[in-house]
Amino acid sequence: MTQLALVIDLNVCVGCHACVTSCKEWNTSGSAGFMTDENPYGKDPTGTFFNRVQTYEVGEFPSTETLHFPKSCLHCEDPPCVPVCPTGASYKRKEDGIVLVDYDKCIGCRYCSWACPYGVREIDETQKVMKKCTLCVDRIYDESLPESERKPACVLACPTNARLFGDVHDSESEVSVTIREEGGYQLMPEWGTKPANHYLPRRKTRMHIHEDELQRADNPLKKEQRGPSAPVSEPTLDDSTSW
Amino acid sequence: MHPAFSVIFLTTLIGVGQGMFLALFTGQSYSAVELLPMQDSHNFYGNGAIIALLFLIGGLIASFFHLGRPERAWRAASQWRTSWLSREVIVLPILMFFVFVYGVMHYFDLDATLFTADTGAQLELSLVIATFGMIATFALFICTGMIYACLKFLQEWASPLTVINYTLFGTASGFMLATAFANHSAPELMRFYGIWTTIITLAALATRVASLIRNSRLKAKSTLQTALGVRHNRIQQKSMGFMGGSVNTRDFFHHASLVVFKSIKWIFLVLVFPLPLLLLWIGMNDSNTNMLLAAFVVQYVGLIAERWFFFAQANHPQNLYYQTV
Repeated sequence: MTQLALVIDLNVCVGCHACVTSCKEWNTSGSAGFMTDENPYGKDPTGTFFNRVQTYEVGEFPSTETLHFPKSCLHCEDPPCVPVCPTGASYKRKEDGIVLVDYDKCIGCRYCSWACPYGVREIDETQKVMKKCTLCVDRIYDESLPESERKPACVLACPTNARLFGDVHDSESEVSVTIREEGGYQLMPEWGTKPANHYLPRRKTRMHIHEDELQRADNPLKKEQRGPSAPVSEPTLDDSTSW
Repeated sequence: MHPAFSVIFLTTLIGVGQGMFLALFTGQSYSAVELLPMQDSHNFYGNGAIIALLFLIGGLIASFFHLGRPERAWRAASQWRTSWLSREVIVLPILMFFVFVYGVMHYFDLDATLFTADTGAQLELSLVIATFGMIATFALFICTGMIYACLKFLQEWASPLTVINYTLFGTASGFMLATAFANHSAPELMRFYGIWTTIITLAALATRVASLIRNSRLKAKSTLQTALGVRHNRIQQKSMGFMGGSVNTRDFFHHASLVVFKSIKWIFLVLVFPLPLLLLWIGMNDSNTNMLLAAFVVQYVGLIAERWFFFAQANHPQNLYYQTV
């Protein structure tokens, strides 16, 4: 079984919102129609986004850390939003595990957005249907694109490479190895939704310098208590011998 | 959660309709075994069923205002295997069908006696229809309650008390209306309905207070720590990623001030329980239809406040991600 997902490295994300804008750009131009953007330059702008980047401050001044946190649909393996849908518009694809909405079947009752603890489903207030991250399903299988570009728009846009894309069920894939080796975790594990998207924690690289690394305990010069002899004035063996 | 008036009216109106129909069913079954005098088919059961049906239709109309694409509403019947909302969409028309048939049978005196016992007690066809309607009524209460109770991370809702409250509130308001209606059309039954209304309203008071106590003691399972996966006691949101509003900030917060929020709790506690019971008691003593109707209206207004509070009190875990602009 395949389960496509994103792995987001919080250690690398700089909160530039490039993933947000490229997501909006790709998906507003797609076959499913535009994504609402009301008063984009006016008062009270509002609109539909699949992806948002939020910023948090962890700790208390002065020992604080800024955390940029991109959040989109986590494509849960046990998605609570799917069984509650009364029309079957919300579904999880068997072949690749992507959770999608059939915009032609959705009645816009918002029940699925109530059933998602992560708040990643946003109703399109113009088209009156529920919308959410599709993992760029119209892009990742598009054979007219070069293979290197068959990735979600957000992954391609990320300037710091904080977003990885792949199959988390293939234990040797880049994403699985990263999750395994870099401590990838899921959001709100308490609800048993088994999100497919994983996050990599902030990691600190610290140097640990010991006293004996600064001053060698077994320094032979210190042991013999004798420095090299001073230079001599008469010719040395090097001067007189042709090696 | 944001209390949507479409859903508030849907749940309260169909509750009245269901309760009213249950009252008719109860009255007729008592009469069938000769515990109560039989009432006029046309005036009491026929008109009563029409009133119940009107409330159910009112609720159905209100529900359409909740939908973004009401023209596709028929599709909502397809996922009955998994979705309580889908089950509600199926059971509501079934109930309306039974109430309609029941009303037509009584209104046009089309009832037939199926069986007569030695004692003279009669089993009418309408009572059989009403029994199916009664089953549909309780199924609808369960569906409506479970729509909310099945969302496990909305901890304020995820309790059997939600289903019980929906059932008792609907039944109480329906019996309250039936009391006023009986005083007008079948005065012998007024006391019977009035006493049942009191009992059901007091039962609803007990279970609603139980759920208020339960909710006040809830400890949120999700915290900012589990939402972000960061282990630090002090995490503060500095930006939600956009400066205007979004569906996330509009649909999941009640946006009322704490004073309003808290006063609505007391308003509904007064308007649903003591005040209508007082009016009911006065109305029963005076056989005053207007007083009994006033009791119903006061309780219905109280139920709107109760439903508002029910939604507003539920704290969705997604709100953790939307703490500050």
